[in-house]
Amino acid sequence: MPAADPDVKRAKTNSQTRLPDLQPKEKITLLRQMMLIRRFEEKAKQAFTQAKIKGFCHLYNGQEAVAVGSISVLNEDDAVITAYRDHGHALARGVDANACMAELFGKITGTSRGKGGSMHFFDVKKHFYGGHGIVGGQIPLGTGLAFAQKYLDTGRVTLAYMGDGAINQGAVHESMNLAALWKLPIIYIIENNEYSMGTTIARSSAGDPLTKRAGAFDMAAIQANGMDIDDVRAKTFEAVSLARTESQPTLMEIKTYRYFGHSMSDPGHYRSKEEIEKRRQSDPIEIYKARLVADKIITAESYEALDAEVTAEAQAAYDFAEQSAEPEIETVFEDIFAPEDQIFEFRPEPRY
Amino acid sequence: MPTITYREALNQALSEEMERDDKVFLMGEEVAEYNGAYKVSQGLLDKFGPKRVIDSPISETGFTGLGIGAAMYGLRPVIEFMTWSFSLVAYDQIVNNAAQVRYMSGGQFSVPIVFRGSSGGGLQVGATHSHTPENWYANVPALTVITPAFPDDAKGLLKSAIRSNNPVCFLENEKLYGYKDEVPEGEHLTPIGKARVVKAGSDFTIVSNSGSVHRAMNAMKKLEEQGIHAELIDVRTIKPLDFDTIAASVSKTNRLLIVEENKPFAGWGAQVAYEVQRELFDDLDAPVHRLTSLDVPQPYNGRLEQAVLPNEERILAAVKELLA
Repeated sequence: MPAADPDVKRAKTNSQTRLPDLQPKEKITLLRQMMLIRRFEEKAKQAFTQAKIKGFCHLYNGQEAVAVGSISVLNEDDAVITAYRDHGHALARGVDANACMAELFGKITGTSRGKGGSMHFFDVKKHFYGGHGIVGGQIPLGTGLAFAQKYLDTGRVTLAYMGDGAINQGAVHESMNLAALWKLPIIYIIENNEYSMGTTIARSSAGDPLTKRAGAFDMAAIQANGMDIDDVRAKTFEAVSLARTESQPTLMEIKTYRYFGHSMSDPGHYRSKEEIEKRRQSDPIEIYKARLVADKIITAESYEALDAEVTAEAQAAYDFAEQSAEPEIETVFEDIFAPEDQIFEFRPEPRY
Repeated sequence: MPTITYREALNQALSEEMERDDKVFLMGEEVAEYNGAYKVSQGLLDKFGPKRVIDSPISETGFTGLGIGAAMYGLRPVIEFMTWSFSLVAYDQIVNNAAQVRYMSGGQFSVPIVFRGSSGGGLQVGATHSHTPENWYANVPALTVITPAFPDDAKGLLKSAIRSNNPVCFLENEKLYGYKDEVPEGEHLTPIGKARVVKAGSDFTIVSNSGSVHRAMNAMKKLEEQGIHAELIDVRTIKPLDFDTIAASVSKTNRLLIVEENKPFAGWGAQVAYEVQRELFDDLDAPVHRLTSLDVPQPYNGRLEQAVLPNEERILAAVKELLA
């Protein structure tokens, strides 16, 4: 567990909204979600190697507890937005695994009808606002979601994720200033997996720890251990409470690790196999599994059964994607413009 | 019919649309307490309060992206760039987010946002402050690009733009803010995507926009003294372009001069020239002529800047060549 920086302003926890204890069934659900993400990503990796997935594919293996843990403390109608390593967040938000895999395959049944791909999962019904490819570009958008949540007096909050590489983008600093200045109900979550593609934090970022940057804006900051889902939950809940009860933003740094390369195109020469093996010893799924076994909530056998379930689910998603149809060429002209309902339709047909 | 300034017309549009729909809000640098750098938002803070009229820090990327996120969530933001030259700081947000989020999400989200602000040169404010970037935005699929030249269109098109469910780049002209003309009373909406025949004529067609429309009108006064009558079309909307109105005119006059303040390479007029020669080749009695700013950064010196702009002198020379 990283030592808390004494200079970092702690989020004030409203004691009336304590994070409720989970029922055993709920704990199993969290474990299962992480396991599903793990198996889904493995299937995606396989599909990419088979050239069924093209372009970029950024896998989440190792980071499952971050998405599952933080999203699990949200209400269904809170907003989530993230960068391009978004499969885990989408699945944690409840986006259909079949539709996710189909999107990876570029099929018409995909979450974006084949138009987005791996980096651009969206699901309006699940309040999942993407899926964004430009590093840090989603952070002003997330700030806008929170702005709207406050403007409309919804009582909702926004989780806006970014990697450790994104924090040096001007967009992030500008957003943090706006959120602190205007007291927006947003939690900025840095998923610090220590590598921004091939560049370590030490080579990219001045100022340590990263949470210090919140101090520049008098913003609350919290660190969490991303390998421990309970710590992720507890710390995210603090930030969410602050946002919901006082409409104040928080900068969270959740320390995590990715087992695979930055993307499927990354040979990973910047770190050793030994390092990865060592870090796998603190696997978030294994840690939580051990905890649930110790608490007699699951057994080794029931875990295996669960694993068989999620493996089958991931396979079913793969099969669904395989069997789904490609979009018709004419669909390139669709989904560009929202229909007009207050003025006359000035773009009835595409001109070019 | 009342006669008001272009600035006042924009102010009315903002006020009316904000009154009509609670979800419309205005955000930008100095829009609230300063009443707007060009006073377009004069009095709006007093009328609507700080929740609806918001002074932002100088963070174009931040507040542009914030506006887009808010639009995705269901609000109808009007984001002001103090000048469109500053929009370049937010270019990634406009191009990659405002214009593309709907497509990338397979149609799940819409972005009912208006980006507006002043643009154009001729005020000796130097190279970084004098851009006319309508062509840079028109090249982006999914963006609507509007450049009004008259107060009635400024009002009617801004109202339409705010009511559009899609992202609009609304480029006002700094030199025209004080220009006075008639604006109809009552609810006045101008259709997006429809050009305006400012003056009918039969000798040749001028297609122009924004400040250059007025340059063309001044040149036309001189031409009329020589008995030459041009038909002047103000495109008003750059994208989607109203080609039908242009075609109807050129098929009648058989000669076309495009006057635009864009720098020449891939300015919006190049698109018009291509389409006219492509679709109306047999109707043309002369090649399409095109007058733009000179292909140089905008200088500060007054005489130099006027030489760079598509000024009256160069318009008249181009007409002479067109009619030769």
